[in-house]
Formats: sequence, structure tokens, C-alpha cells
Amino acid sequence: MSITQVAFILISAITLGSALAMVTSRTVFVAALWMVAAFVGVAALYILLEAGFLAAIQLLIYAGGIAVLILFAIMLTPRVMQPMEGLSRFNDQWMFVAAVSAFLFAGLWALAIRTDWPVNLQRVTGDNIFLLGRGFMTQYLLPFEVTSILLLVALVGAIVIARD
Amino acid sequence: MQFIYDIGPRIVAITAQFLGQHFPAWAVQLILMIVSVATIAVFVLITFMFLTYLERKIIARMQDRIGPNRVGPLGLLQPVADAIKMMTKEDITPTVAHRAAYNIAPVLVVAPPLMAFAVIPFGKGMIAADLNIGILYAVAISSLGTLGLLMAGWSSRNKFSLIGAMRAVAQMVSYEVPMILSLMGVLMITGSLAMGQIVSKQAVPFIILQPVAFIIYFISSIAELNRTPFDIPEAESEIVAGYHTEYSGMKFAMFMMSEYVSVIVMAAVGTTVFLGGWRGPVLPSYIWFLLKIYVIIFVLMWFRGTLPRLRVDQLQGFAWKFCVPVALLNIFMSGIVIFLVPPNTTHPLVQVAAYAVGNIILAIVVLLLYRRPTARAAAAVSGA
Repeated sequence: MSITQVAFILISAITLGSALAMVTSRTVFVAALWMVAAFVGVAALYILLEAGFLAAIQLLIYAGGIAVLILFAIMLTPRVMQPMEGLSRFNDQWMFVAAVSAFLFAGLWALAIRTDWPVNLQRVTGDNIFLLGRGFMTQYLLPFEVTSILLLVALVGAIVIARD
Repeated sequence: MQFIYDIGPRIVAITAQFLGQHFPAWAVQLILMIVSVATIAVFVLITFMFLTYLERKIIARMQDRIGPNRVGPLGLLQPVADAIKMMTKEDITPTVAHRAAYNIAPVLVVAPPLMAFAVIPFGKGMIAADLNIGILYAVAISSLGTLGLLMAGWSSRNKFSLIGAMRAVAQMVSYEVPMILSLMGVLMITGSLAMGQIVSKQAVPFIILQPVAFIIYFISSIAELNRTPFDIPEAESEIVAGYHTEYSGMKFAMFMMSEYVSVIVMAAVGTTVFLGGWRGPVLPSYIWFLLKIYVIIFVLMWFRGTLPRLRVDQLQGFAWKFCVPVALLNIFMSGIVIFLVPPNTTHPLVQVAAYAVGNIILAIVVLLLYRRPTARAAAAVSGA
């Protein structure tokens, strides 16, 4: 096993472990902190793939910006200081949800294994930020703009809901 | 004589040659890496110690006092005395605190600003890692510090801590936007995010080409640092000490450390991006860099000695209604000037002239947009 593989396994374990801890955590705040740990793990995976720009953006937007999300969790949660003791994490729909999740996981698994992923062994040469920017403005202009509009709509929608 | 000018790269080369006789290549690389990290960390922490002394001295002078003068000559050993006091103080954890988060928070606050030093060019050839995303890395890493503050405020289970933390997050998240936008103008001129490139393209310091961007950067980074006049998160007359109310001893010292280290980071990034980095005549490059950093730090301390604190309700409005639009207008202006006068092909003097015209038009537009806001506000109040 090469060092890259060891690093990949370690980082994946940390990411998945944090994600699991987030779902099982009883306090909103602690859950949010675990989520940040998972995001940082994803950023580390990007670095492993030599996508430094994506990693920095991941840290800036998700790990940094998620603090705002925690803030809203704090503001919207009564008795934020206490963990939710006595509340069950399961309601009577848990079996149904588990079945759907298992089905979805199996489907994605099958897709991921069967798809013939294009492997580009040719290394990206030159400044990849420059190439990324050029790609966004030429070949992938439409998806880029559509995503922007989607985010703008979400933003406006959030403000409209907040003002009601 | 030449040795003094490039002392950093020379020492690295000599050490590498010496180690190469005894160790394999990968071990040499590892040792050099650890040594350079240790050097930067020690340099930063010693600077932190004496910045506390400098700040107390400067503010004392402004308030017609003498400042620390008992420990050592001119009080120079005061930081050492403070450090010993901090280390021997009792470490108190509130009984209701969330222990894990309470203990991790000080570390999470100190680590990000220290990590940002990896991409700072201290002098010619004195940069630990010239990443091609350099400046973005520095900004992204610094933004992680917010989480530490939030953890500290929440885990203390103290209402003043929580209020302080929420104020800190609201402020830091808002002012991050104009700060990044203000750097955009410069990045458009250099066409690169690497710190080395940014310095090497500054035949003319970018503060001359982008004065508006520099002002917005300076204001919003003071807000990021939670310093006067933006020290609302730790306003001692309102909420005791904000997010670090419950911390004592060395953990409290770590919050102080993170504040001063962030000041050095902000001054270093400002120097690199706007003041020409280590470039300058006669003196060695690292001396120029330190001089420029200390000019920025002195202005920060000057602000602290002079300005009163903003009100909470003024804070957000200033960020979103003034800083962000002005930074966007600056990007617009830079785009037009770059289109008319391409940065790599024209003579620096032509560029200076073009940006002077652009900046004057920008200033007029901003002044027209924001004329007499106090008068308008007064009219609105009396009308309602």
C-alpha cells in the first residue's frame, strides 16, 4: 500500500466517523461541530486529489460558513444549553426510512461499480485555477449560470420566508 | 555583504548541504520542513509577546501615561512576567461546561492564524510554501477561527459568553465578504493567487493602484480581528469579556495569543498584497517586510487609542450597505481599467495614471451614492 492509499483510508475513516457521530449526537451544537469535522475531512480528500482550489473553497464556504448555520441552530432551539435527554431518536417511521435508505444505498453502490468511469491519466498541466475559470466561462457556462440562478432564487426565497 | 541580503535561502542551502552528508534525501526534506515550521512559529510567538508590550506602551503614551516600566529596563521584560503569571494561575473549568468543547476551543482558535503563516513571504525566497492558491488559503484558514470562538462561547454555559460568541460570528461572517471582495481587484491585476507572484508583479505597490480596495480591506480586517472600534464581541462594559469570560490562566492566554497572531497575519497579508511585500531599496528584503508590517500594526494600535466602539445595530449595516457595494464598484472599476490598459504590457506610469482616473471617478460615484447619510436618517426619524 502506498502512502496515498493509507492517507485516503485514514481521511475517509475520519470523515465517515464524523458523519456518523453527527447523526447520533443528542445536542444540536455538538452535531454541527461533527458536521464541520466531516467537511474538513472532505477538504483533505480534495487536497489528496491535488485539487487545492476546491479544498480552499470547501473550507471557506462549508467549514467557515457553517458557523452561521450553528448560529441559527442556537437561536432557534429552546434550552440550547441542555442535551435533549429522554427524547427518542427514533419515531414509528424508522423501519420505512431505513428500507428506503438501504435501497438507495444499494442502487448508488451498483451504479458506482458498474459505470465505466472515464479515467484521464494525462495530468493537468499549467495553472489549474486558470483552466477552471476558463472552463466556467466557456464550455460549462450554462450549468454555471443555472447554478448561480438557483442559488439566487434560494437566497431571495429565504429572505421572503424570513420577512413573513 | 550579499550574505545579509539573502540570509534565509543561504542558511537553508548550507543546512541542506550539511544534512545531505549524513541523511537520505527524504529525511533532509523532513528535517528542513520541521525546522522552518518551528522557526516561523517561534518568531510569531515572540512577536506576539512583545506586541502586547508595544500595545500597552503606545496606548499609554496616547493617554499621557508611561505604561509598563517596572520589570527590566523600560519594562521590556513585562511580557515574560505576564507569561509566568499566566502559566501559574489556577485553571478553572465551570462545572456545567461541555468539557470537550471547552478544552478544544482555545486550540482551535490559535491554530488557524498560525497555519496562515505557511504562505506569507517574509523576504526574498523566504516563503514556507508558495501555493498556487496562496491568498485564498490564508483567507480560508483564517475563517476557521470563527468556529473556535463559537465553541468557546457555547461550551462555557454562560450567557455573556454565548452573547459574545454570537456577536463575534455575526460580525466575522459579515466582514469576511467585503474583505475577500476587496482583494479581488488586486488578484485581477496579478492574474494569480500565489503570494510570490503577487509580490513580484508589484513594480508599483498596489495601494497606489487600488487605494479604495486597501481602505475596505483595512476596515473589514479590523472587524475580523474584533479590535476597536469593532470590539463589540468582547465589549467589557456590556458583556464582561465576551466569549472568553470563563477562561483563566493559559487558556485565556491562548485567546490573547490568537488575537495578536491574527493581527500579525492581517498586517502580513495587507503588506504582501497592497504595500509591495518585501520589495524596497537598500535594506534587506525581510527588514522591509517587518517595517511595513509594523507600520500597519502601529495604525491598528493608534485606532485603539483613539476611536470609541461602534453600536451593535450600526455594525451590520456598515458591512452590507457600505463596504460590500463599494468593494463591488471597485471590482467593476478595476475590470474596466484592466480592459483598457492591460497590466502586463503597458508601462507602470501609464497604469498609475489610468487607475488614478478610475479611482477619482469611483470616489465621486461613492460620495454621490452615500451623501449625507446622517441628514437622511434624521429626516426619516422626524418624518416617522
